[in-house]
Amino acid sequence: MFHVYFVSLHIKVFETMNKIIEKEHFSEHVVKLVVDAPMIARSRRAGHFVIVRAGEGGERIPLTIADADPSKGTITLIVQEVGVSTRKICALEPGESLTDVVGPLGQATEIRNFGTVVCCGGGVGVAPLLPIIKALKQAGNRVVSVLAARNRDLIILEEQVREHSDEVIIMTDDGSQGRKGLVTDGVESVINRENVDLVVTIGPAVMMKFVALLTKKYNVPTMCSLNTIMVDGTGMCGACRVTVDGKTRFVCIDGPEFDAHKVDFDEMMTRLRSYNLTK
Amino acid sequence: MTQENISTSSPRDTKWREELRNKKTARERTSIPRVKMPELDPSYRITCNEEVNQGISEVQALTESSRCLDCPDPQCVTGCPVSINIPGFIKNIERGEFMKAAAVLKETSALPGVCGRVCPQERQCESRCIYNKMKKEPVAIGYLERFAADHERLSPSKPALTKPTPNGIKVAVAGSGPAGLSFAGDMIKRGYDVTVFEALHEIGGVLKYGIPEFRLPNSIVDTEIDSLASQGVKFVKDCIIGKTLSYDGLKESGFAAIFVASGAGLPRFMGIPGENLIGVMSSNEYLTRINLMGAGHAGHDTPVLKGRSVAVIGGGNTAMDSVRTALRMGAEKAFIVYRRGEEEMPARAEEVHHARQEGVQSMTLSNPVEYLADENGRVRAMRVQRMRLGEPDASGRRSPVPIEGAIDEIETDLVIVSVGVSPNPLIPNAISDLEISRRGTIVVNDDTMKSSLDDLYAGGDIVRGGATVILAMGDGRRAAKAMHEALKSS
Repeated sequence: MFHVYFVSLHIKVFETMNKIIEKEHFSEHVVKLVVDAPMIARSRRAGHFVIVRAGEGGERIPLTIADADPSKGTITLIVQEVGVSTRKICALEPGESLTDVVGPLGQATEIRNFGTVVCCGGGVGVAPLLPIIKALKQAGNRVVSVLAARNRDLIILEEQVREHSDEVIIMTDDGSQGRKGLVTDGVESVINRENVDLVVTIGPAVMMKFVALLTKKYNVPTMCSLNTIMVDGTGMCGACRVTVDGKTRFVCIDGPEFDAHKVDFDEMMTRLRSYNLTK
Repeated sequence: MTQENISTSSPRDTKWREELRNKKTARERTSIPRVKMPELDPSYRITCNEEVNQGISEVQALTESSRCLDCPDPQCVTGCPVSINIPGFIKNIERGEFMKAAAVLKETSALPGVCGRVCPQERQCESRCIYNKMKKEPVAIGYLERFAADHERLSPSKPALTKPTPNGIKVAVAGSGPAGLSFAGDMIKRGYDVTVFEALHEIGGVLKYGIPEFRLPNSIVDTEIDSLASQGVKFVKDCIIGKTLSYDGLKESGFAAIFVASGAGLPRFMGIPGENLIGVMSSNEYLTRINLMGAGHAGHDTPVLKGRSVAVIGGGNTAMDSVRTALRMGAEKAFIVYRRGEEEMPARAEEVHHARQEGVQSMTLSNPVEYLADENGRVRAMRVQRMRLGEPDASGRRSPVPIEGAIDEIETDLVIVSVGVSPNPLIPNAISDLEISRRGTIVVNDDTMKSSLDDLYAGGDIVRGGATVILAMGDGRRAAKAMHEALKSS
């Protein structure tokens, strides 16, 4: 079976690889792309990411795989426009192709039955969180998901998260949906009412930092998934390095998931600004 | 490092070579001075990325090749990791048969245009040349190799390919750097169905992302890759063995064996305070952004930090490539910081010489101990520990010893750390039964390059941990020979 598959791939390599099959706007600046990538669809697991490039002069951008369908040979990527490269990726229409898609990269999430797991995602961080929610639920965990955003328009994937969670708490900064408050308020309310065995947090670095500070206070093990600057994504350049437990680690090969209580988020946030400074 | 020499053309006893030897006396030959490589002017070349060495002319090549004495027992060949038939190609140049000279090179080297540019000939073939014994400068073997390869590349008529009969056996290569390409070239010649898998979006590995354009133009690398492709080698980019396609997956899809040449992907850092500041990066990152991603050039989205005063830590070829790149990116000052003395630098003499011509400064006997940040978290200075040379260490070089209390603060706004690399862990991590050394390299038999798995061979930096293009190519050749023998008899 694999042989046939591989032969067909050889033809595909030059023709339809990386084609956008489906596109959906989640909000003004957040787009879902379903991309033809059969080999990656087959081999990826929750927590993995890909590096994509749009255009011959394009940057290599890491994106977490939000979902995959091995039978159709597709992967789902959720992209937020934040700069030149993500704008180019978001501008692609069905039928067009990404110039390069390579992966799956990184270490897959450790999935087992932990007991009760709180999965909290901020903004577009819900996209990489979804496959983890799914896998944790399948492994028998009680999953409480906390989705947070500035306002209701920026809450994404709510329906899919509901499908795989025992409970969903929505937090918005302005109270336009769910409860008014920060993601940490939502997480804290769960910790205060029941025993939580693990917290998984994915979102902006500052959000993960405060979730980590909160859960440390309650001594709840917490895992975060980091999205740092990368170039090759295969361990070669070291652009993605972070300090975890006092040691330098590479997000692309050692991560992207780490013990949130040990990550130096302040250093990570500084490094994320590497290319925002005026020179 | 013995190896069967498969170059059979132009043997020493053919008539034309005998006649050529008798045309000039040894005295006439040895009285000719060694050719000087024409170079771009340093003040011009730091304004652009053009190749510094311009290549020797036809007249210069004819003269230089006539210096070669066509020794009965040529020692130069023993200095070559891929055993190029050196007198064979040089004598073809001397008689004006440049295409034949290129053909002799290609019998043993898949990348003559690359080797002619980046090999450390002064430590290999040229160091064994008989001229050294006569206290004269050796024959410029590297320049002649480049001449022959360039002549063929620029020639409108390409030599007809003698395609071997396909044997229908599929072999895979992980990585398209020098080891992988060399292996692929040898296996396609033996009739195998060869597929090279590359993780990046460009074929060529370190030849593309690492070595800068001014030392090795990408067009040269592409020519050699095109040549392999036209011989039938298949290339699949964006495919990581062990991730996109597993080792078992390769076997299931009919590959009889795999050669792993995945390189030294992991940059080393020194573990000193401030190393993760903005503006401190590995040479791999700096060079990849510029060489592979085109940072700083129109039409490319990848950014790269620019520095006014750029410090490059290390004394190897990659450090030289980085510091010379920094000058070309507009640095006012670019300097090498090296803990030993200039004589102990592992970089090629030519690179150090070129760097100095271009205005690179060097701060030897100095070792950074801390980087200091400005208010934005970007490096603004480093503290360096001054050193003195002590007793020789295991490498035979005098080891540096800190001078107590001698620490200076040096201004710098971009630091490129070039203190070596470790093997890329992707494949070692992905294959459970593969024997890995403590340093993370794949353990192989030195002669056959076979790993602990019968159908997996490995070579280049994934085995050596950080070596040269030509040693990687030698590994590729030995692995090809051994794998061929194993597959033939199975």
